[in-house]
Parts: sequence; structure tokens; C-alpha cells
Amino acid sequence: MSEERKLVIPGDFLGEGHAGSGAYEETAGKVFSKVIGLAEEKGGMHFVIPLSGIYNPKRGDGVVARIQDIIVSKWLVDINSPYEGVLPLSEATEEFIDFTKSDMTKYFNYGDLIFAEILSVTKTKNIQLSMRNRKCRKLRAGRVITVTPAKVPRIIGKQGSMVEMIKDITNTQIVVGQNGIVWVKGDNDDIAIEAVLEIERKSHVSGLTDHIKSMLEKKMKSSGREFKPSKARESEGNEQNQEFQHDEGVEFNEA
Amino acid sequence: MSSHEELQLIKNGIRTDGRRMDELRPIEAAAGVLQKAEGSAMFRMGNTIAMAGVFGPRRVFPKHQEEAERAILRTRYNMAPFATTERGRPGISRRSQEISMVTRQALKSVLFLDEFPKTAIDVHIEVLQADASTRCCGINAAALALADAGIPMKDLIASCSAGKVQGQVVLDVAGKEDTEGELDLPIAYYPKKKKITLLQMDGIADKQEVKEIIALAVKGCEKIYEAQKAALKKRFALEGLAEV
Repeated sequence: MSEERKLVIPGDFLGEGHAGSGAYEETAGKVFSKVIGLAEEKGGMHFVIPLSGIYNPKRGDGVVARIQDIIVSKWLVDINSPYEGVLPLSEATEEFIDFTKSDMTKYFNYGDLIFAEILSVTKTKNIQLSMRNRKCRKLRAGRVITVTPAKVPRIIGKQGSMVEMIKDITNTQIVVGQNGIVWVKGDNDDIAIEAVLEIERKSHVSGLTDHIKSMLEKKMKSSGREFKPSKARESEGNEQNQEFQHDEGVEFNEA
Repeated sequence: MSSHEELQLIKNGIRTDGRRMDELRPIEAAAGVLQKAEGSAMFRMGNTIAMAGVFGPRRVFPKHQEEAERAILRTRYNMAPFATTERGRPGISRRSQEISMVTRQALKSVLFLDEFPKTAIDVHIEVLQADASTRCCGINAAALALADAGIPMKDLIASCSAGKVQGQVVLDVAGKEDTEGELDLPIAYYPKKKKITLLQMDGIADKQEVKEIIALAVKGCEKIYEAQKAALKKRFALEGLAEV
């Protein structure tokens, strides 16, 4: 996906056709941008991938979230957005739980961190989460950092290439939520976090992957930590990270 | 009243600060100047400097202000006590409340507020240095900051003033012209639709003159719009060039 993308600002004319996310249709098929971002066209649909802004939840996103409250049979979850996520008991586990008999904090307690999928978003922004996807799980221990949600695609890289590389070199587990929360666990988490923050800062630099790679290897060597050269560790049980696919045209995990 | 004649605000078609009748003061615009805000901007017109910060969309407090189907826009215009030659009284004044309201109304028409229901978008405008047309400068900065914050909007809003000084129509009233001139008319302009979203007038003029003044102010707004677009593109130019 390296077709040329143009920088557009609100009000810029994108072309004739239909408006996708980040664009609006004015009169008779004339499409304009409504955010600052990179314009893209797919079969007459015009999109703009935003470069700034808060996290706006979308169906199918994988998010790193924190349990805030328990109400009857639901968990209320902070997803780093103005809206609260709701995780009902039925979506939380495969097994049957009778909430009248068992203590719900046994499964997810206050303050617990989870990786969840956004199941649905209504027009009035009631957000339902699900843990049924096999990638979803509780995130135990580890460290958490927050980045600008618009930069998440750069951190993940093409088909997860960037984050896989960081995991590979630093031998850590990393989970990147579309909501801009990154969870890191492992002995070299400090170096992994530095790399993630460097990506956020330099997200506009071309050849970023190589830059991050040399930075990581240098850091690992200079601090005298052991690491295997990148090809050696292919088939080890690295944790999931590929993000969920979107139903609508834009795939955020590739950007 | 005779002092007006002595002041001589216009001499051979040149104004006190050396501008022609239809000339703006030097403009400087920058987006992304504050760290903690979602979006921010600075806008300078001559000696008038305004900064704007946009926070949100975020949860609404107090909760009764919340609207189920759209975001609410809250604006706060404030002039720093040190902005004027004589120290101003800090805090909210009748004037600042009015300007906050007209700024909100001027900006509202371009925003897609229904995309963030149950939230509030807060726009804070701080005038750091005042030399006439502070509300225009504030609106220009606010429009930039909103775009910088990634708030969906149809277009930017440009704003500038025009007026009448010694019987002549002038663009971008500044300094002595504001205090000694006959008329000051700030407008905010929605460039894509060629519509006016703010119009205030302080002074007396006949119908023909008002039309002339508005037409001149619109011309000024179009120039300001270009400066705003350039500032926004500059802020994100590097990221746009990145091969993705």
C-alpha cells in the first residue's frame, strides 16, 4: 500500500464520488475532507486517515482497557476515550457464570488491564466490548504507556512488522491497542518502551523501521543484555498482536 | 472633536502604521504550540496576539449540560491582564462573556458536532497582546486549533475587521484607528460557502458604506484563510511526506 497519499486539511476537495470516513459529501457527489490527514481513494470512495485527534471507538478495534467498575453483571471499562466501554458477563468468558453466586472480581477485578475487542458502537456511543476473540485476554503485570491514537498504525507497522521487530529484539511481550494504550512486559521493557516512544516522536520519518532496528540493537548491546540476532527466533511462542480487520475499507493495521 | 483632525490618521492614502487602505497587518500563524492540549494554535495580526487551545471531545461536567445526540461546544475568551497598556482586571467580564458567545456561534456552523455525542469540546482563547481586533484574532486561532485537534469540520473560519477612519473605508482596524476611528466592523467568514458567521458593528455608517466595509472585510478574510491553510499544512507537512 504505497500509493501516494496527499496531505489534506478540512475543506480540501478530494474528488467526485462518495464520502468514507474522514470525508463529507457536499452537493452532488463532491467530496471534501473534514479532518487533517492523508487522503486515499478506493473505488470512488474517498477516505482521510486522520493525523490527530482523540480515540473514537470503532467496531472491530482491539483496545487495551482498564476495569473501572462492576454493575450487576457488567464490567465498566475505561478505553481511553470520552465513552465508557461495557463488558457484559456473557461476552467475558466462555464458561457459564452465575453472577448471583460467584464473585465477579474473581474474573476481572477493579484496575485490571484487559485486551478486548469492540463488539458494537451505537449511534449514541454505547460501546460493547467482547473477550470472545482468542486474542483477547487479561494483561497481567507489565508496564503501560499512552501514545497518540493517530500514531498507532505506525507503531504496529505493515502487518504488524514494526511491533514484531521490537518484540523480537527486546524479547518482550507487547500489546498495542487501537486506543493508543501500549502494554509491555519483559526484562527489556525499558528499551521496548523507549522504542515505542521514539516511533511516536518520529512517526513522520521515512525508513523508520531501520532506524528503530539499529537503535534497539545498539541499546541492547551497550547495556550488555543478551539478544539473539533477528533471524534466530522465528517460531518461538510470541504473543498475538495483529490487529483486527475492519469491515469498512480502511485497514488501520497496515498504515 | 477637533482633536480628530489634528491626529491625521490617514495621510496621502497611507495610514499611521504605513499600511494602505486595503492592507492587513503582518500575519503570523502556527498550529500545535501547546503540549497538553489536543489541538492548539497561535495567531498574530500586527501587535495583536491570540493563543487557542482545544480540549476534548471529553466527558461533560456538569453532567446536565450533556446532549445525547451531539457534542457541546464551549468557548472561553479571555484577555490577559498584561495584554493592554493599562493593566486590565483579571477574570470574566461582560465583554469577555459576549465575545465567548459570538466566537462559539461563529465556529459552530462548520463543526460536525454530531460525531461525538455526549461530549464537550472546550476552546480556550487567550489574548496575550491586544491591539484591536482581538476577537478576530481569537477566532482565527481557535479555528486552527480545532483543525489541529482533529475535530471534524467542513472548513476553517477566517475572521478580520474593517472600518471607517476619517470617512475612508479601511481594512483591519488597528491601534489609534480603533479608538479614534468612526467605525469598527469585525466579521467571521466561512470561505467555502462564502457566508458570514459573525457580524458586529460599532459606529455609525449608511447602508452603502456598510456594504463596502463588509466587502472589504471579506477580502481580508480570504487572505487570512490562505495564511491559516499554510500554517496547518506546515504543521503536518513532515508527516504527510512520510512514506507509509
